[in-house]
Formats: sequence, structure tokens, C-alpha cells
Amino acid sequence: MKLSEAKSASGGSKEKNGMSEIVKTVCNWIAGFIFLFGCYITAYGHLTPGGGFAGGVILAASFILIVLSFGKDKISPLLPRKRAEMIEAAGGLIFIFSVSTAIYAGASFCGNFIFKKWSCANFKLLSAGFIPLLNIAIALKVMAGLFLVFFVLSITRVILEGEKLKMVKEE
Amino acid sequence: MIYALCFTLILVGLYGITCKKNLIKIILGFIILDYGINLFLILIGFRKDGIAPILDKSMDINTFAATSVDPLPQALVLTSIVIGLAVTALMVALATRIYERYGSFDVTKINKLKG
Amino acid sequence: MTEYIIFTFLVFMILAAVAALESKDLLSSIISIGAVGFMLSVVFLYLKAPDIAIVQVVVEILTLIILIRVTISRDIRTIEDTRNFMPFAKNVILLFVLAVLAARAIGLLPEVGVNLSKVAQYYLLRGFEETGAANIVSAVILDYRAYDTLGEATILFTAILGAVVILRRKAKE
Repeated sequence: MKLSEAKSASGGSKEKNGMSEIVKTVCNWIAGFIFLFGCYITAYGHLTPGGGFAGGVILAASFILIVLSFGKDKISPLLPRKRAEMIEAAGGLIFIFSVSTAIYAGASFCGNFIFKKWSCANFKLLSAGFIPLLNIAIALKVMAGLFLVFFVLSITRVILEGEKLKMVKEE
Repeated sequence: MIYALCFTLILVGLYGITCKKNLIKIILGFIILDYGINLFLILIGFRKDGIAPILDKSMDINTFAATSVDPLPQALVLTSIVIGLAVTALMVALATRIYERYGSFDVTKINKLKG
Repeated sequence: MTEYIIFTFLVFMILAAVAALESKDLLSSIISIGAVGFMLSVVFLYLKAPDIAIVQVVVEILTLIILIRVTISRDIRTIEDTRNFMPFAKNVILLFVLAVLAARAIGLLPEVGVNLSKVAQYYLLRGFEETGAANIVSAVILDYRAYDTLGEATILFTAILGAVVILRRKAKE
């Protein structure tokens, strides 16, 4: 009894949550690079292939990598479930507000009013009006949405309780 | 000829949806159908010996417009792929609920309409 | 040359899709679907669509992760799965009728790579001056057709909301 308690206090969590040490070490380094790559694809979406959707799925993949290799306890301080829902709603609201503001600023609905008023030099980062802003809004929405779906699917288990099957969620 | 192969892929997806009894194989049929339809849309916008629709600093705009592939089907397919993933996740969530209620993934055993 | 490569990849994709549906072991079905997705991404690169290839690879990987999560942890690796004879024969006859009609429709399509739509000429010629974006696909989805992207964001939100609500714990009686 005492030996098993000591084991579970010190090293048992290492075996219950997540994968082996090699996988955890590699994923610890790689997840930061994938996040940076996702931000690059989103920010330069109007100049190189990519854009909001590609950047959003790559950012979601970096968070899913951490959940797969470490278990869900490591992601809880950074992105718990309520925060993911708020980020998804925020992305949608930024999109709707910046598209509706176009009516007040002189262009038509969904017109590119920033480009018509303050146009910048070509092929630079800030050059295409409100296209980079919409790219960021779409990337936030897609990232938070796909991470939320994976998180809810991964904490749901169907276990055999007594005679029937029952679906439980481990919080 | 390539259109015929693309349509064969769509037919394989439809075969998976209608003729299979296991719920997971039905979900795989939906995924294959999705791939086939996206491929068909991009095939319509292809131009022989074309270039990608991304402008470079050193490119003349008239030659770019004469040799680039069609950007409009690519815009449609870009959103369609991400929506396909969300719908697959929805189907998997439904399959989990069905397994909890009935105990198997067999569609001929899911027949209790009341309760 | 490009057409022969696309032709070869499509033949392999059809074989892998049939193998995914007919295999008795669920793990090998899911791995065959992964192979179909990766070959599709390479075909998109040959069809000169780099944005689509990036999104297809990453979405393919996430689909594999979700499918493996729902099947492998349940220990239901093998199951018999074709229906009895009568429904199977009815479905096959319907698919055959569909194939005959489709063959007739495909005969009326133009050849691959010959005709381009007229609105594409407008977007390619005037896209850079009117929006300032060098990536014409981004200019199309976020400036000329931003309303459709708003509709897509709504669909994504609804599908994810549906998946989260379905997996909610039952309220206490």
C-alpha cells in the first residue's frame, strides 16, 4: 500500500498522462515552432499562399499536439474551455464589426474602406487594406473552434458501468 | 478521362454511404465523397501549363492574366475543406452518442424508435 | 506530362479508397483514408493550387486523429459490414444508373484545361490594383466575396456548436 502510494505521488502521473519522455521532450520544442509558422502563414496571407484558413488550422494543430503528448492538464492554464469559446466568439465579432463599419466609412457593405482611404506601398505587410485584419479574425475563429471540438471529443469516454454503457466526461 | 476518374471517386464514396452496415465505414464514405467533390471543383478551374494565381514583383500583369489558373474555384474549395472537417467532427460526436445508447456501431440494430 | 501524373495518382486514390471501405480491420481502413488524403494534396500541388494543398494536408491529419480517437479506444476492431443481399442489390443498381447518366454528362464537358470563365479574367487583371493584395485567392475571398466568407464562418460556428452540445452530460433528473 505504501509503495503504491509513493509511486503514484511521484512518478505515477508520468505514466498515466500522456506519452513517454522522448515524445514529450520533442513535442515541447516543436510546438513553439509550429505556432510561429501558423502566425507567419496568417500574417502574410495576402502576399504568399496561405491566409486565414490555413493559418487557423496550423495553429489548432499546434495546440492539439500538446494535448496529445502531455494530456489535458498541461493545456488547462493556457487555454481552458471557456477561454477557447470566448476566442472563437471574438474572432467572429471582429469579422462582423469590420465588415459592417464599411457602410459608415463610405464604401459599400464589405467594401475595402481602409485601402481606399489610406493606401500603402505595394507588396508590404500592411498593404492590402483590411484583408490582414480579416485574416487574423478568421484564424482566431478556426483555431479556437477546431481546438474546442477536439478537446470535447477527447475528454468523453464511454465506459462500462454495471450492466450498461455510460458516457462520462473527465474534467 | 480525368473527369471520369474523378467521378468514379465520387461513386466510391456513395457506395460507402449506402451499402455498408458499420457506422464508421459510412463516415469514411462521407469523407471520400468530400474529397471527390473538392477535386472536381479544382479540376474545372485548371488551365494547361498555367501558373499559380499569386502575383510576383517582376511579372507583367497581362501575361499573368493570360497564363494563370482560375482563382474562383480555389476560393470556394478553401472554405469547403475546413467545413468538411467540422461536419466530420459532428458525425463522430453523433456516433459516440449512438454507441453509448445502443452498444454497437451496426446500423441494422439501431431500430428502437421509442424511449 | 502533368496529366499523366494526375492520372496515375487518381488511379491509386481510387484503389486506396476501395481498400479503405472493404477492409475488415478498422485501423487499416483509417490508414488507407490517410493515404487518399495525402495523394489528394499532391494532386492539388500539380493543379497549381498551393493554398488548397496546405489546408488539405493539415485537415487530413486532424481527421485521422479524430477517427482514431473514436474507434481504437473502443476495442471494436473488426466487424462484419456488408448488408444483406436485397438492399445491397438495390443500391448497386441505383449507383449503376447514376454512373450511366454521369457518363453522358461528362461527355458534354470541355477538355481539362481549355476554357476559363470570363469573370476570372476580370479578377486576375483588376485584382491587384483594386485591392492591393498579391495573392488573388485571398483578394477574392476577403474583398470581392467577403459576404460568402461570413456565411462560411456561420456554418463553422454552427457545426462546432452542434458537436459540443451533442456531447453534453445529461442533466440530473
